[in-house]
Amino acid sequence: MAQQNLMRMPSAAGVLSRTASIRRARRYLGRVTTHAVLLAGAIVFAMPFIWMVSTSLKADRQIFHWPPVWIPDPVIWANYPDVFLYAPLHLYFINTMIIAAANVFGAVFTCSLAAYGFSRVRAPGRDAIFMVMISQMMIPAIVTLVPLYILYAQLDWINTFLPLTVPAVLGTPFYIFMLRQFFLTLPMETQEAALIDGASHLGIWWRIIMPLSTPALATVAIFSFMFAWNDFTGPLIFLNGREKFTLALGLQAFLFERRTIWGPLMAASTMMTFPIMVVFFLAQKYFVQGIALTGMKG
Amino acid sequence: MTAMLLQKRRLSMRTQEALTCYLFLLPWAIGFLAFVIGPVIASFVLSFMDYSVVTPPRFAGLSNYTVLFGEDTRFGLSMGNTLYYVGMYVPLHLLVAIALALFLNQQVRGMPAYRTLFYIPSIVPLVAGAILWVWILQPEWGLINSLLNLLGIEGPLWLASTEWSKPALIVMALWGSGSAMIIFLAGLQGVPQHLYEAAEIDGANRWQRFVNVTLPMLSPTIFFLLVLSVIGSFQVFTTAYVMTGGGPAESTLFYMLYLYRRAFVFLNMGYAAAMAWILFLGILALTLVQFTLANRWVYYEAERR
Repeated sequence: MAQQNLMRMPSAAGVLSRTASIRRARRYLGRVTTHAVLLAGAIVFAMPFIWMVSTSLKADRQIFHWPPVWIPDPVIWANYPDVFLYAPLHLYFINTMIIAAANVFGAVFTCSLAAYGFSRVRAPGRDAIFMVMISQMMIPAIVTLVPLYILYAQLDWINTFLPLTVPAVLGTPFYIFMLRQFFLTLPMETQEAALIDGASHLGIWWRIIMPLSTPALATVAIFSFMFAWNDFTGPLIFLNGREKFTLALGLQAFLFERRTIWGPLMAASTMMTFPIMVVFFLAQKYFVQGIALTGMKG
Repeated sequence: MTAMLLQKRRLSMRTQEALTCYLFLLPWAIGFLAFVIGPVIASFVLSFMDYSVVTPPRFAGLSNYTVLFGEDTRFGLSMGNTLYYVGMYVPLHLLVAIALALFLNQQVRGMPAYRTLFYIPSIVPLVAGAILWVWILQPEWGLINSLLNLLGIEGPLWLASTEWSKPALIVMALWGSGSAMIIFLAGLQGVPQHLYEAAEIDGANRWQRFVNVTLPMLSPTIFFLLVLSVIGSFQVFTTAYVMTGGGPAESTLFYMLYLYRRAFVFLNMGYAAAMAWILFLGILALTLVQFTLANRWVYYEAERR
């Protein structure tokens, strides 16, 4: 390859430097265009988000203004406390956190226990059971929705957090799958040595595998937290008392009742988005890892 | 004697190991039986019943299904709305995500910042995003129509117009193409560099390299995302529920929204179960078709090496 290039190269040094400078100019131009396109795209994608924060800091006079005002002048914080006049966001926040905590607990502990069973303990029929779990992922939630509602109604679980926590605490196939794939990459030798020394599988899981798996555990923890934080359909169907609402459900009710007070509405949306942003910026690499891992399945 | 004892011990160790394994799988298995397999069977049985919660279930034969395919005009309407949404959203979503990934796969300064900017909309909670877009699409003071106004164009009524309500929801959904973009980026980074070099030596220009190297190497990712986004977009619900409630004039009454109403507003549990099975089998059939067609266009390097 290098030889071919060498052979094609013109001998005169002047031609060489001229083509080189043309190439450099072209590359520069290309880079400028790339930046221009990227910047334009980034502005389009960031605009709604900026608009949300900007509206949340404006007085009505500037919210209903043409042409649109981008930077609030003056910056008004009142929309944030005002939200609590219309919707008990603190209560919704606590409710959401309780549900999210149970989901994260399930993902980190129960799911990793099952993943350990699927990857590091031998038992007849284990791999067949694993295939069953994989097919469970193919069953869409709508098929089970109606009977689940009836079941929860009979158990008297409607308007409690149990429908949104108990199944999650028992384990979610997707997280089990992700953790199993990770556990398979860990070496077996330490485990065998520990077993010979009389350690139990529970001890190995807790003392060897879990500490080695923090990146994978962080990924499933973040995913399950995000799911619980964002989930709308579950709370909508299983919760009906305002005192039990989650943020997603509470915000929807707030929009439904007061569709015109955009300052507080945007403040509420910003407050719901903010924790997710914090998690994202603290744990960016786990996000990307998790998503890439999701993609790897194909 | 000792050999037998040893064997016995080893056997019991193996049984013990198996028991440990089953014990570790037990929580998931309980959840699977109680909250998945049980309800799946119940749902199937229920789809042949009349059940409105207050009165005991009554066997109804195929009537739920015959009514759905016969008299119920909303069934066809909601399916049509959903097909419109899927048909528009899925190709656009893939196009936007690929285009973004191609642009973000270049070596220029500040790339991580750009990637973050494009990705952020997809982590905004769906309900918060929906509320934000109701405001952005607000006909009088919303951002989009205000900007259109600056250009001298009078914007449509968006969510209040039967013509524009579905496109508006699609535009909003496209805003969140960031996670698909990340998956494409991972796919692009997996394309071996020597293929591009070889193509360049063969005199292939940018477009030819894209068509003959990038696209085939990316086709497994495209296929994966195609399958996933078809399954996902057939079940579009939250944005429509929050932003339009199915209106105006039922122009955004999607299948899941109609199913939800049947089940939890009108309490036609059997009818809703039948609807769920029709959707499930429809999506399943479509997915199988996609897998059959995949042989013709998806390129798996491992197979041809």
